[in-house]
Amino acid sequence: MTRRQRAALIQVVLYAVLVVGIVVLALVADWPTIRDNFWNPDGVSWADGNWQDLITIGLVNTVKYTAIAFGGGLALGLLLALMRLSPVAPYRWLATAYIEFFRGLPALVVMVFMATGLPIAFGWTPPGGLVGAGLIGLILVAGAYMAETLRAGIQAVPKGQTEAARSLGMRPGATTVRVVLPQAFRIVIPPLTNEFVLLIKDTALLFLLGAAADQRELTSVARDFLSSGPSTGTATSLIQAAILYLVITLPLTQLVAWLERRQRRAVR
Amino acid sequence: MTAEQTSLPREPGAPVPAIQVRGLHKHYGRHEVLQGIDFQVDAGQVVCVIGPSGSGKSTLLRCVNRLEEPTSGEILIEGIDICDRRTDLDDIRSRIGMVFQQFNLFPHLSVLKNLTLAQRNVRRRSKDEAVEIARQTLAKVGLSDKESAYPAHLSGGQQQRVAIARALSMNPDMMLFDEPTSALDPELVGDVLAVMKELAQEGMTMMVVTHEMGFAREVGDHLVFMDGGVVVEEGRPADVLSHPQHERTQSFLSKVL
Ligand SMILES: Nc1ncnc2c1ncn2[C@@H]1O[C@H](COP(=O)(O)OP(=O)(O)OP(=O)(O)O)[C@@H](O)[C@H]1O
Ligand SMILES: [Mg+2]
Repeated sequence: MTRRQRAALIQVVLYAVLVVGIVVLALVADWPTIRDNFWNPDGVSWADGNWQDLITIGLVNTVKYTAIAFGGGLALGLLLALMRLSPVAPYRWLATAYIEFFRGLPALVVMVFMATGLPIAFGWTPPGGLVGAGLIGLILVAGAYMAETLRAGIQAVPKGQTEAARSLGMRPGATTVRVVLPQAFRIVIPPLTNEFVLLIKDTALLFLLGAAADQRELTSVARDFLSSGPSTGTATSLIQAAILYLVITLPLTQLVAWLERRQRRAVR
Repeated sequence: MTAEQTSLPREPGAPVPAIQVRGLHKHYGRHEVLQGIDFQVDAGQVVCVIGPSGSGKSTLLRCVNRLEEPTSGEILIEGIDICDRRTDLDDIRSRIGMVFQQFNLFPHLSVLKNLTLAQRNVRRRSKDEAVEIARQTLAKVGLSDKESAYPAHLSGGQQQRVAIARALSMNPDMMLFDEPTSALDPELVGDVLAVMKELAQEGMTMMVVTHEMGFAREVGDHLVFMDGGVVVEEGRPADVLSHPQHERTQSFLSKVL
């Protein structure tokens, strides 16, 4: 046998083992039980199953909350990044302290603190009640992470760009807004998209705070279907929620991979 | 706005120099890069600065529009002290065109937008006016057909001509060039030098750091040789290049000519 023949044979054997393994598992498994517990026909029925609420309430709110947390986090992150790069030292200290503080805490702790601590400390309940408070917590944490991403992006813009703009007489603010930031944002699109995917998943933490029926995000809706509705007592709704999460996160992670490939190719 | 002109001890009626540098020192830490430079460019003059690498040519040029902070000394642009706190530095800079070795075009903007950005933002020109002036300067540097291209799609020579056009579209009183052709492939150098020569013939005030001795001899009115942070020798380009008086000038020229 030549080397190539031997390699081919090994490959055939490996494939055969894999196929046999899958067939054995399929034969041994108790399919009806598995189906009833994880993909219950009543739960996945399109007409009167779980999909309606999961999509029109859960998915819609998840996307809405993610957008709010991302938008708020981005604005806060930009402010913090510019403070960190400010020539005024106290701004730098303040931003650094903020970033280190909020990156060092679990998002959940901050969210619970906002939900319970804010009303106690200030007698103030944010709009949206517990969900609103939780979102403020998410924004505070996301802002800290995005600040570091944006700072790196701003610093990756060559110094010559600032010099060219200033030598034309442009003021520091205009230079930042018209020349530096547009280039910085282009650099940080892939990491920011990643941040967006992380936030989609972090909105699931809101379920721990509790929410009114039509405020629930995907995980809360799925959890409620564990003990009520057509598939009560089975994990069906969780599988359905997982599928809906993947429907939005997978295209985004693919997009990030594509953007990163393109950026690597287009290095000036 | 613009600060009052500093009163200078000069004869009445004598023209104000475009650029005047007096006793300029620049330190980086303990390293003294400029060790007392006195230097002048008159209106309409083309002054070329030559010298070995590390002699402080770029530092001097960048001090002239205060991209680099002088440690001590005086820099007057058309008689205005640019280190005076009352001077509007951005206003002065908008009147000094600067061309960099690495072009420094804005890569996220088309050629036309590169030329209109500062016109709109600094000069407050209307969009139509800015575009018209941009098209005129692009025609001048022979790149009218590239106005919608992005910098990355241009050759180095084309990028540098766009950079010159970008500076010119601000209608500057003077232009600073820092080795504008050093980053270019040899066959692209000629186009850029031709544009600069035309500019000089139109009477533009120019300060040019260069290694192109041919350009310095043909186009320059005055030549300055720097070494070790001081002006070693200066004079008419033909004189300095053909009959250098100082030993350091002689040894430098024997290496580059
Ligand atoms: N930001 C900086 N920090 C410390 N040293 C610097 C800095 N910029 C320049 N230098 C030093 O100052 C000296 C003069 O630099 P400069 O760029 O002015 O020289 P140059 O004459 O333009 O040389 P070249 O022909 O290589 O461009 C060099 O020794 C350089 O290492
Ligand atoms: Mg230099």
